[in-house]
Amino acid sequence: MKLIISAQNPSLEAQVDRRFGRCMWLVLFDTETNQWEAFQNPGASQSGGAGVAAAQFIVDQKAKVVVSGDFGPNASRAFQAAKIEMRRFTDSTTTVQEAVDHFIQDKLLK
Amino acid sequence: MQIAVASGKGGTGKTTIATSLALSLASLAKVRYFDCDVEAPNGHLFLKPEFSESTPAVIRIPQIQTEKCTACGRCVEVCEFHALAQVGKNILVFPQLCHGCGSCTWNCPENVIVEVPNPIGTLERGMALENIEFFRGLLTISEPMPTPIIRQLKKRVHPQPNTINIYDAPPGASCSVVETLRGVDFALLVTEPTPFGLHDLKQMLGILSDMNIPSGVVINRDGIGDDSLEETLREFNIPVLLRVPFDRALAENLASGRTLVDVYPEYRNALRDLYQQITEIVGGKTK
Amino acid sequence: MSTQNSRAKQLIILSGKGGTGKTSISAAFAHLNADQEEPRPMVFVDADVDAANLSLVLQPGNLDPKEFWGGSLAEIDPEKCINCGACSAVCRYDAIFPDPKNDQVQWIDPIACDGCAACVYACPEGAISMVRQQEGNWFQSNTPYGTLFHAELFPGRENSGKLVTLIKQQARLYAEDIQSQCVVIDGPPGIGCPVISACAGTDLGLIVTEPSLMGLHDLKRVLGTLRHFHVPSVICINKADIYPEGTRAIREYAAAEGIELIGEIPYDEKVPRAMIEGKPVTVLFPDSFAAKAIQEVWHKTTSLLQLQED
Ligand code: SF4
Ligand code: SF4
Repeated sequence: MKLIISAQNPSLEAQVDRRFGRCMWLVLFDTETNQWEAFQNPGASQSGGAGVAAAQFIVDQKAKVVVSGDFGPNASRAFQAAKIEMRRFTDSTTTVQEAVDHFIQDKLLK
Repeated sequence: MQIAVASGKGGTGKTTIATSLALSLASLAKVRYFDCDVEAPNGHLFLKPEFSESTPAVIRIPQIQTEKCTACGRCVEVCEFHALAQVGKNILVFPQLCHGCGSCTWNCPENVIVEVPNPIGTLERGMALENIEFFRGLLTISEPMPTPIIRQLKKRVHPQPNTINIYDAPPGASCSVVETLRGVDFALLVTEPTPFGLHDLKQMLGILSDMNIPSGVVINRDGIGDDSLEETLREFNIPVLLRVPFDRALAENLASGRTLVDVYPEYRNALRDLYQQITEIVGGKTK
Repeated sequence: MSTQNSRAKQLIILSGKGGTGKTSISAAFAHLNADQEEPRPMVFVDADVDAANLSLVLQPGNLDPKEFWGGSLAEIDPEKCINCGACSAVCRYDAIFPDPKNDQVQWIDPIACDGCAACVYACPEGAISMVRQQEGNWFQSNTPYGTLFHAELFPGRENSGKLVTLIKQQARLYAEDIQSQCVVIDGPPGIGCPVISACAGTDLGLIVTEPSLMGLHDLKRVLGTLRHFHVPSVICINKADIYPEGTRAIREYAAAEGIELIGEIPYDEKVPRAMIEGKPVTVLFPDSFAAKAIQEVWHKTTSLLQLQED
């Protein structure tokens, strides 16, 4: 299963980024293969609609879960429509790897 | 004649001057007052209009006729504002992001987008004190975009000869101020002699020179500050058209909703003089 | 303390109406925090990006501008334009005219252009392109009272909301780096786009109002905005003695709405005097009425934010 985590840098050791739409990086992690890949968030550079731009990217990646600090109303609507699960971490010092682990241990907020 | 009353910094007395200017000129010509500070409009508290007309301010947003949509995604691609997203076969519309530009409508190869009105505020019109025709725009709480409301408010009537249109601008120096200033003959800048007032006034002067609009200044709360304002005005060659000294009793009266010319009737003549100076600066060139 | 909830609290200071004294109060907060025996590390943000004044009082030393690139505007290549008028027919912003320098081609007024790109697609000659605009600069500056994130939107530009989001985000990341407990945001006037951006994700709203019909009218609108975004709010009245009846009306309104009134600051000519000196009023006139009242408001605010005293 593919999950995407908003992050401050393109690595598994990077800190997660609490804001979804304007985070710098989106790290895609595949729980089946343990492979990961980082993408620049296309929303970060948009003058408006950052959340929707980022959400569209994630929808197009066919991710099943998205992990961030909080989701704006527009992004939430897009994810609901695409049936992508939104999960939230509360501690923004978490790393991407930890967020993945927490997801697997079902420790993230819904 | 179309005059915008602007300031840069908020709370310098823009509305105080704009409303009293309207009252002072009402006996000379037909006066229309447009409250373009649609996020925090205050003109009505002083001019006390009775609104007889209220219409929604709308943005035309796309509605996709889903039966005929082939989900090609062209609309999503052309929307510069990410107001559209595609999820599978569905196109989602995000009304608060939509500028109502029509790009998606024109670019849909199947021609299946229709536009529906999405209200973001209201436009009101009525008669106020001394027969001033009063127009007000009001942005609905939680809506982000004031500019379309200002644009529509100004379009409610065409400027006419022998009519004085006064536009009370929002504070700041961003796009909503520019929208208020578009097409006016003159900008009356109300400022106060403090570093904040001066800093924000300079932003305004930048906009006005880009837009090629002549301006003059009212110094409000004269005496509370220092000389740097006057020095800057000399440097930019901007005339001071009126000074209103700081006075606690006046501040109290204004707080209660009285107008400057009600508290101190002598300002009526001063404001008519100010208008005279504006007409001389503008010359015969009103738009 | 556990690292859970280590995220800095965000305080947003708003007013609706401009000129109620928000910035003077924010500046005093910065000083009051720095002036303790063990100051809490705190980060300040001036979110009024088109009339940015906090730096005039906090007086950072060197400015290190970083570019802010916003949206794009359309430009016509006069070499390619065949003057067919297809672009102006689709433009809903009345932005396209015959070029004042050459009436054989069309021209786009950058002041009027909304950046929607409708004309780009309409042009049969491919003569129009979108050009990204630098719309301002932002700064991370050291001040005597802590780090300030601020910005200057170029006059007349759009996208102030995006610039606010950008500097807030930078401030938040920095706050995490220095383990700051609190980010104080001096908000813009009004209730539109930059205000919405400034409110997003904040923990407490402090509304600085003034006792006038205008103050009360705009207070209601800004409170509505904060409520819409689920930000708990409190009120303080500035220049409270200018119009006692207005102050009473605000007290009653606050009580009726169940909003806590955390302070009343008297009118004090020391406030504009301090502003002219470019210093927080609490620095220059610590014993003035206004400074004392602001101190009170600051203590209440920090306790509402549940910042740890240590
Ligand atoms: S009208 Fe313009 S802004 Fe609105 S959805 Fe269509 S393309 Fe986007
Ligand atoms: S980009 Fe849109 S607003 Fe700008 S000129 Fe073209 S059609 Fe008009």
